[in-house]
Amino acid sequence: MSGADLLSVSGLRISIRSDEGVARVLDHVDLTLARGRVLGVVGESGCGKSTLIRAIMGILPAGAHVDAGGIRFEGRDLLRMTETELNRGIRGGRIGFIPQDPYLALNPVFTVGTQLMEIMRRHAARDGKRGSALRAAFRARLVALLRRVHLPDPEGAFGRYPHQFSGGQRQRLLIAAALACAPGLLIADEPTTALDVTTQQQILDLLRALAGELDVAILFVTHDLGVVARLCDDMSVIYAGQTVESGPTRQVLDHPAHPYTRALVACHPARAQGFAGIAGSVPSPLAPSPGCRFAPRCAEAADGCAHRAPHLRPMPQGPERRVDCRLYDPAARP
Amino acid sequence: MSGDDLLAIRDLTVLLGGRHRWLRAPVAPLRAVDGVSLGLRNGEVLGLVGESGCGKTTLGRTLLGLQREAGGEIRLRGRRVSGLAPASARVARREIQYVHQDAGAALDPWWSVGHTLEEALRIQGLRSGTERRARVRMMLPAVGLDASAYARYPHELSGGQLRRISLARILLLEPRIVILDEPTAGLDMSVQATVLNLLLELRRRLGLTYLFISHDLSVVQRLCDRVAIMYAGRIIELADARAIFEQPRHPYTRALLAAAPRLDGIQPSVRLRGEPPRATAGAAGCAFAPRCAHADAACRMQDQVLHAATADHEVACRRWQELVIPAADISCRA
Repeated sequence: MSGADLLSVSGLRISIRSDEGVARVLDHVDLTLARGRVLGVVGESGCGKSTLIRAIMGILPAGAHVDAGGIRFEGRDLLRMTETELNRGIRGGRIGFIPQDPYLALNPVFTVGTQLMEIMRRHAARDGKRGSALRAAFRARLVALLRRVHLPDPEGAFGRYPHQFSGGQRQRLLIAAALACAPGLLIADEPTTALDVTTQQQILDLLRALAGELDVAILFVTHDLGVVARLCDDMSVIYAGQTVESGPTRQVLDHPAHPYTRALVACHPARAQGFAGIAGSVPSPLAPSPGCRFAPRCAEAADGCAHRAPHLRPMPQGPERRVDCRLYDPAARP
Repeated sequence: MSGDDLLAIRDLTVLLGGRHRWLRAPVAPLRAVDGVSLGLRNGEVLGLVGESGCGKTTLGRTLLGLQREAGGEIRLRGRRVSGLAPASARVARREIQYVHQDAGAALDPWWSVGHTLEEALRIQGLRSGTERRARVRMMLPAVGLDASAYARYPHELSGGQLRRISLARILLLEPRIVILDEPTAGLDMSVQATVLNLLLELRRRLGLTYLFISHDLSVVQRLCDRVAIMYAGRIIELADARAIFEQPRHPYTRALLAAAPRLDGIQPSVRLRGEPPRATAGAAGCAFAPRCAHADAACRMQDQVLHAATADHEVACRRWQELVIPAADISCRA
């Protein structure tokens, strides 16, 4: 992990206490993201993607506990910051968030302008301005952003309500909202699943352009490998709360190493010969095995797999390419 | 359309909304389905592809009889089943069944799976509870569920299992034609594959014919024999799945295929601007013309109807012959 990393999550373990017991939702999640890069975090439903996002944003649900590991952002330990510090400088400020469902994320009874201005009022730097001068400065910045995300009629958009925009336009609004305070990191939670393919393509193009232009890094959470292939520089695969593989997107997709990644790529309709699924189902986080959680479904599992401590190791291809599997662990070879 | 189609639609038009208001101008209805002609051949899987709002779900609901047609004709095995009151339309079209997009929402959370499945048989007039239970118990393994599912409630089941339940529910009614509305939406890749396998197996075993409504092109390519592309309430291209994917002729089809994410990460050569129109009240000209890179003045004046490009390939574009694009640029395969 170099000092230039914008965000680094290392060995993160989170458990959530509920009526049914303690769920070990994340078990050793590792990822790093440098300035201006786009990282795809891939995993199926229930793998802990949302918990990871919530941990970074500091909005873990009640009953959640960070058991081990750390989250560093711009050199600071996010897990040690107070609520006030997070609100003032991090959430909405240095870290912007693009939600999954553009239909749910906007309040239907307020105009778009009111909602965007509220973000600025709460999180943006004021540069010594006050009153109407401050409002005018905020408004000018928002209009410029709306224009940049190609929203038609950015001036007029201020006075309109969310229902007057289409799904793609609402997603553009939310991207502008996430960028309002010039963040260093954008977290996008499956922002295109609710959209059609042609609209999705436009949004992906936009995010790609913004990453280069505004020097903002994007953490893009998705279950769609095709979207990762199109947008992301690097990818990180999570299975049942464990990071199983990470590396440059092309390398991982062309030569997946971990048996789970291999199965996932083989499931993709563009690759599959027939429709191949993965036998079995995701284990319950209530009573996980201490070792590799994919072992019960893995064709190449050996006796020791259920007890190996999770640990991402670099592969010969380069230091960025890492995998957590006994197949690539010299010490575990018989 | 040949005479031996299992289901034949001619010039089907469906109007949605619209109302007369006292002392004010009436609101014109939307032409959600606008003069669609389509034949469903015995035993085939016909894909119906388009973006949200293009009218594909409305078309499916109209075939089922949930939505009344405003014009045109529907024939089932040569027998006319259109122009009927809703209740008699449902009786006449008993052989057609529909699987809802959101399997979870389509099941009653307070009813056990067994109760839900038996209801369909009870409505059909099967009086004997013993026989109803026996039929349901036989159906569960057929959709890949074990007998314990009978006593379970929807919240205890996963997304993939819920799809199986909603399939079981309609298969109990012994349909010939099944309309599948986005049967894989919201499912993880590995689960999606098993559901698609099940659909193919059921078709073979029970001699079913599918109308497969989807916007996921990679799934359509794998599953469908023929594909109809829909835009703004009309079918704009209809051909064998192979022909659609290898030699798409309509500019919209080409843009749609190009926008679908592929694993090789190659960026699309064609990009669409703008968003799909809301169904209009019958404006003149090709509905795609405002977004089409090849549209000229005549395109905006003349309505486009499907005409045969080759024996088994119909396209609704007046310029398709001039628009030759190398196949390598548009192929959807990764």
